[in-house]
Amino acid sequence: MPCASDTCRHRPLIQPGVQVILNRMHDEQLTVGLFVTCLVDLMRPSVGFAAVKLLENAGCRVVVPAQQTCCGQPAFNSGASVEAKTVARQVIEAFRDVDYVVAPSGSCAGMIKTHYPELFADEPARAAAVAALAAKTYELTSFLVDVLRQKPAAGTYPVAATYHDSCSGLRELGVKAQPRYLLSKLEGLSLTEIPSAETCCGFGGLFCVKYTDISAKMVDAKVDDIAASGAKLVLGGDMGCLMNIAGRLQRRGLAVEVRHVAEVLAGSADDAPAIGESDVRP
Amino acid sequence: MQSKAHTFTANARAALADEPLQAALARFQGGFPVKRRAAIDRLPEFDALRDAGKAIKDATLANLDIYLEQFEAKVIAAGGHVHWCEDADAARQTVIDLCREAGAKTITKAKSMIGEEIAINEALAAAGFTPIETDLGEYIIQLRDEAPSHIIVPAVHLSKEQVAESFRAHHRDLPAERPLSEPQAMLDEARAILRQAFLTADVGITGANMLIAETGSTVLVTNEGNADLTQTLPRMQIVIASIEKVVPTLEDAATVLRLLARSATGQELSVYTTFTTGPKRGDDLDGPAAFHVILLDNGRSRMLGGPFAEMLRCIRCGACLNHCPVYSAVGGHAYGWVYPGPMGSVLTPNLIGLAGTSDLPNASTLCGRCEEVCPMRIPLPRMLRQLRQDAFASGGGPKPMRAGLAAWAFVAGRPWLYRLATGLGVRILGLLGRRHGRFRRLPGASGWTAVRDLPAPAGRTFQALWTERNGARR
Amino acid sequence: MTAAADPARAAMLARIQNALGRGAPSEEQRRRVLQRCAAPSANLIPARGRENDRIAQFIAEAERVNATTERLAGWSAVPAAVAETLAAAGLPPRLRMVDDARLASLAWPAGLAVATGKSVDGDRASLAIAFAGIAETGTVMLLSSPSSPATLNFLPEMHIVILPEAVIVGAYEDAWANLRAALGVGVMPRVVNWITGPSRTADIEQTLLLGAHGPRLLHILLLAEA
Repeated sequence: MPCASDTCRHRPLIQPGVQVILNRMHDEQLTVGLFVTCLVDLMRPSVGFAAVKLLENAGCRVVVPAQQTCCGQPAFNSGASVEAKTVARQVIEAFRDVDYVVAPSGSCAGMIKTHYPELFADEPARAAAVAALAAKTYELTSFLVDVLRQKPAAGTYPVAATYHDSCSGLRELGVKAQPRYLLSKLEGLSLTEIPSAETCCGFGGLFCVKYTDISAKMVDAKVDDIAASGAKLVLGGDMGCLMNIAGRLQRRGLAVEVRHVAEVLAGSADDAPAIGESDVRP
Repeated sequence: MQSKAHTFTANARAALADEPLQAALARFQGGFPVKRRAAIDRLPEFDALRDAGKAIKDATLANLDIYLEQFEAKVIAAGGHVHWCEDADAARQTVIDLCREAGAKTITKAKSMIGEEIAINEALAAAGFTPIETDLGEYIIQLRDEAPSHIIVPAVHLSKEQVAESFRAHHRDLPAERPLSEPQAMLDEARAILRQAFLTADVGITGANMLIAETGSTVLVTNEGNADLTQTLPRMQIVIASIEKVVPTLEDAATVLRLLARSATGQELSVYTTFTTGPKRGDDLDGPAAFHVILLDNGRSRMLGGPFAEMLRCIRCGACLNHCPVYSAVGGHAYGWVYPGPMGSVLTPNLIGLAGTSDLPNASTLCGRCEEVCPMRIPLPRMLRQLRQDAFASGGGPKPMRAGLAAWAFVAGRPWLYRLATGLGVRILGLLGRRHGRFRRLPGASGWTAVRDLPAPAGRTFQALWTERNGARR
Repeated sequence: MTAAADPARAAMLARIQNALGRGAPSEEQRRRVLQRCAAPSANLIPARGRENDRIAQFIAEAERVNATTERLAGWSAVPAAVAETLAAAGLPPRLRMVDDARLASLAWPAGLAVATGKSVDGDRASLAIAFAGIAETGTVMLLSSPSSPATLNFLPEMHIVILPEAVIVGAYEDAWANLRAALGVGVMPRVVNWITGPSRTADIEQTLLLGAHGPRLLHILLLAEA
């Protein structure tokens, strides 16, 4: 197929899978803009680097636009749409020129993919840019499996684990099978499902600090299930939920580690202690 | 009913500390969701039926005036009466007038959420009548002078011991030493007492799950059969229903019924589904001589044209309550008014105003489970967000939160400033938290650290490290 | 008060029309919308409403919800079956039943006291005839009339229902179609009861108990003879 086709320049018009094939045929690398997410940026850079590694290993060129800060969800979910828009406009600009936007978070990816169109519904002039951004935005594991058709990760990670499905990823983006598929061939890793895998952990952004008591009750239900499962590691795809679950496990003195799934998939779990743990020898 | 939604946070805290309540909620959890799942697994077309149900309601609401007038005409043709009531006051007054007209002494009542919404029992009592709730759960909470804590299982918050205690306190004519430890004994006692009420009632008040425009019929579902005895035995039947209950045809009702019980209790169909059309006819041996339908608006016509119009598709199955982790944590009373759970958090501010109820839409993680299970595909999280927006726009919300959001937006909207501020912040916190990896306490973060440890940041931001790494690459 | 003079009615309709972004509908609009009621049509009917062996399906579904069933050759077998059912349940040999020529002509055992009329306090068992059986959920459909008072379905402890197998349909929509064929479009008996199993409650600690206010026992006699 001749490479001169103009359609190559109009990526949103092309189905994701087709785009990957076209790029491979053209020997052209996909440019993926990493939406780092504020929690990964501030709290746990190792997740960002794990995501970069997974994307680069899959053949993508990864860029990290410096103008990004946050997706705007805290403001959006608080009803502060003006403030949310201020931040969201930055994201729209920052990622205009990449082929795909990938976030190691179902919550932030869901914000961009499903809620930006709602947020900007009253700005028709921006509709095309918002729709284009939404169309090319993916949660990390979903991007690896659904777009890049990656095979399960190879390697060894001997641990009894369980997986927490974050609400936004699960219900807004259909992230459920993808992380489990990518984990399925890791030697030694056994995944036990807990009954409440799909039940909210009680994080909910500002909810967890505004309604602390209710949030505690919710995360306790999750933590009880985790403890009963015998799992020694909780994996998930969203730092908010993972920090909440880890924090409650630790407060209750339960020796269960919590990690972002990207770290395990990238084989970089040794790069950082588990969430809320220290690598300083006492 | 006076709203206590403005003290939601305190209500919730009390609920979380209420051991019998927590035991009841623990018992309740899982039951209905598991049964619902099993029922849906037996009906592969369930999701397609949800689409059909939504389409029926949307089509009806798009011509609600026409269907209501058609319903009215058919009720009148069948010999019944229709009363249009704009608000709770008008509905209460109409019911009281009708009870007076009937010379009512005993009034039986079958569970009706509209009855709760217009606080009909209090109004009847104030007018000198004694309405008797006949649904077992409603009867129990009436004895206890409580509001329902769930829209389909009103006494779900109680233990059998609490029920036994109430029965002993109120059924004084019965031997004090009678055994009442098991639910069966309590049911037998309630059945015997309520049977006398049914047989002597002059007026029966029921709600309606649907109204059918084609035939002028009211549709009522129960499992106990109490609604049928309530409406068949007295001289007068009063049906109180809100305007969005109308559907066009019997077929449309059938489609909604396929969704209702499965979503609610996981039954395929409730035991009794009753289609009632007008009063007793010429040679009928039973049935009420007079049949009245009250069509209540109470804010619904206002919702119709706005962002909450889709809420009018709600069929009151309770699935959103049954699957809501917040409802499961605090129970129904914490919500402070008639309708709890996600549907209540949308409906309550719409019916009684956002002032004093804005905690309800905020007290949700927006986890989306309610929308996922809603048979009518009502976008509850979107509506909760819309209410948050409305509240924020009208200056609602705690002042520190508003100030915080403004400051956050100022910084997050200026990447250079954001990098500067966050870089400094994570460096300090990283150093402070390095030894333990987390904080048990942190000034300004007590909302978090009151109940959980806070992971310490790694000390450098990803952006800083990335810039460094890429500089090195170059 | 006439409808036209009722200010609440007018205000409610006006608000609805305003919300819908139109004034009062024209006659033409009204006629077009109400076509849905004048010529009702079925929505999606699930496959389980279209099974071949409707009788087996009806029995299985009814028994899932704690009804009991019994297949009889014809009307003449009804009195003995009823007498046995009452005896097995430990109920006295007294029966309140619908006023129907097919029942009146049967040879009722001397020991069984049979009465017609509406049900009254103290009735322990009743006998009614279903207009239809609906296989998809094991539901019996009963119509009220002067000869078939609705109280029969609710006051007694035991409700016995005769269901000719010929009137078992697959789906709810079939039952509606048959009702319209019998009475006409838009015409309803005063009460149509769909009954799916005996009365129950789970209002105390979600403990399932049968016989809340209505019958504790629902026994369905399926008749091969029409």
